[in-house]
Amino acid sequence: MFYREAGQFKTDYASDQAVFPILQDRIGIVVIVLAAYSLVLAQNDFLLNAMMIPFLIFTLAAIGLNLLTGYTGLLSLGTGAFMGVGAYSCYKLTTIFPGVNIIIWIIVSGFFAAFIGVIFGLPSLRIKGFYLAVATLAAQFFLEWCFIRIPWLYNYNVSAAIEVPQRELFGVIVTGPRATAETRYLIVLTIVVVMTWMASNIVHGRIGRMWMAVRDMDIAAELMGIRLLPTKLLAFAVSSFYCGVAGAMLVFLWYGGAESTVFSINQSFFVLFMIIIGGLGSLLGSYLGAALIFMLPIVLRFVPPKFGIPVHAATVEHITFMTVGALIVFFLIVEPHGLARLWQIAKQKLRVWPFPY
Amino acid sequence: MDILYKIFIDPFVQMGTAPDLLVQTLWEGLVGGMLYALIALGFVLIFKASGVFNFAQGIMVVFAALTLVGLHAAGMPAFVALALTIVVMLGLAYAVERVVLKPLVNQPDIILFMATFGLTYFLIGFGELIFGGDPKIMITEELYLPKGAITIKALGGIIGLQKLDIAAAIIATVMVAALSIFFSKTRIGRALRAVADSHKAALSVGISLEQIWVIVWFAAGLVALVTGIMWGARSDVSFALDVIALKALPVLILGGFTSVPGAIVGGLIIGVGEKLAEFYWGPLIGGGTDSWFAFVIALVFLLYWPHGLFGEKIIERI
Repeated sequence: MFYREAGQFKTDYASDQAVFPILQDRIGIVVIVLAAYSLVLAQNDFLLNAMMIPFLIFTLAAIGLNLLTGYTGLLSLGTGAFMGVGAYSCYKLTTIFPGVNIIIWIIVSGFFAAFIGVIFGLPSLRIKGFYLAVATLAAQFFLEWCFIRIPWLYNYNVSAAIEVPQRELFGVIVTGPRATAETRYLIVLTIVVVMTWMASNIVHGRIGRMWMAVRDMDIAAELMGIRLLPTKLLAFAVSSFYCGVAGAMLVFLWYGGAESTVFSINQSFFVLFMIIIGGLGSLLGSYLGAALIFMLPIVLRFVPPKFGIPVHAATVEHITFMTVGALIVFFLIVEPHGLARLWQIAKQKLRVWPFPY
Repeated sequence: MDILYKIFIDPFVQMGTAPDLLVQTLWEGLVGGMLYALIALGFVLIFKASGVFNFAQGIMVVFAALTLVGLHAAGMPAFVALALTIVVMLGLAYAVERVVLKPLVNQPDIILFMATFGLTYFLIGFGELIFGGDPKIMITEELYLPKGAITIKALGGIIGLQKLDIAAAIIATVMVAALSIFFSKTRIGRALRAVADSHKAALSVGISLEQIWVIVWFAAGLVALVTGIMWGARSDVSFALDVIALKALPVLILGGFTSVPGAIVGGLIIGVGEKLAEFYWGPLIGGGTDSWFAFVIALVFLLYWPHGLFGEKIIERI
């Protein structure tokens, strides 16, 4: 009833090509961002620490993978390792230069991940489809091995794990065990919002169109004058940059310390499921997919006891696996384009309601 | 210079001075490679007949082995449990065809690939829910599999061959031979090859795709069961094996997705390659290389043969 575009005339090209052409959408985005920031006022550590922070971090990783797999059509199973590169390089940078602002190092570590991503993206010009997926597995296992076997990466700690040191920003503790959930949440939220905005600009612009042309058919794209190697490598670089920043935030702003197992192949699959369920080639889908896949275990853990059904932790884990697997198959059958497409359909229905014909 | 000597000369000197160790390493590599080849064989069967890249093959191995051990633990005689496991794999093939493949006919390959991911996770959760997540011991004695080792004194040393590995090699050879006879001589085998060549042409001469798909998934399930028994006998049966099952992927890349001989040759190359690399070159860089060596070999091969050693060349048209 309120979701109408009647009366909103587009008088120039800019308003016609806007990302959110409808006024209500623009209001909605502002309201959502403000609501996200105002969650800090809730003073609820569980909500922020166990749900919102990891949800946002995984969203960022999912956006990164979506730029590569959803927009450029290059299937990658190395996300976990690229996140790891971000985390380990951030750790090395901040131990070597402790005086520099930690936020800068989190962003810079993304460039290290981008560099590694480009190296492992090089075969993508010759290798396609499933073969490329296996090639990225080489990146996953090789980098994981590096995280264990190169002690320099974790400063020769006996535990072979990275421990996040305490760092301050304008007198406020932002990392380490004494940082409050509110501070970390605000930093994560700001980085994720800014980087989503950047990703949106990239995919709506010239680069995004080149990526999508390559995804739809790379030979045809090449004939149209798109140079494949730079385009594919750029996709690998940007994607790994996002994953690297997500990995650095995962360790510095959520876990507070990590071993190499955090960046195992399962993490790669986890992020891949998010974008499949959320929707390949959709930024909104990255958010929805991360929300569903991440919240599902939490819901499964907390809802049954509320109804008086005792459930073992191990059983919950098994049921989660089953549900995630079944959901993936279900979504692929019902809507191969994921939650984002369902949301679009719902919006379309709302626009023409109550006279659909 | 010293490092160059260690990389390029020293390993070969070691091979020359202790040939018994070299033979032992080669043998272990061949046995490991055979198991990779068996998993890859399951992939190839399904890929040839339905164009589905079945990521769940590794999990099907573990699931089959777990079902066998679980049924035996529930008090059934070993061979009854074996027969029942075969029935379970048939049921799984039916269920996959009904629930996953049929609704996804004519979807892009990548969607089907993702669907097998879903299947993988479902099977992991389902298997652990029913049989528990703790590692189990394969019932080798009840299935009359030999154990112990034969030691041969040769080449100035002792070479130990596990009897189980020899049995595994014989069983694998028999199975591959049986499968190739099945493919080339029987009516269903010919239908399978027709489907592999072209779905549409096969449909037009009256071959039922649904039936063929159930048969291939069942065949892949049987291969998975045999692999699961062999593998379970060498280590424990648990879902921790699924990462090792990923090793079948580089094997596939080496051999090409559509070639049965390719899967076997690829498996043996990867198995021997990673054992040799770990034994002679691994200590130089800290060991543990077998987690990634196979993938890197595959990556290097891919740069020169983008469709594998034996795979079909794909011609792309606009």
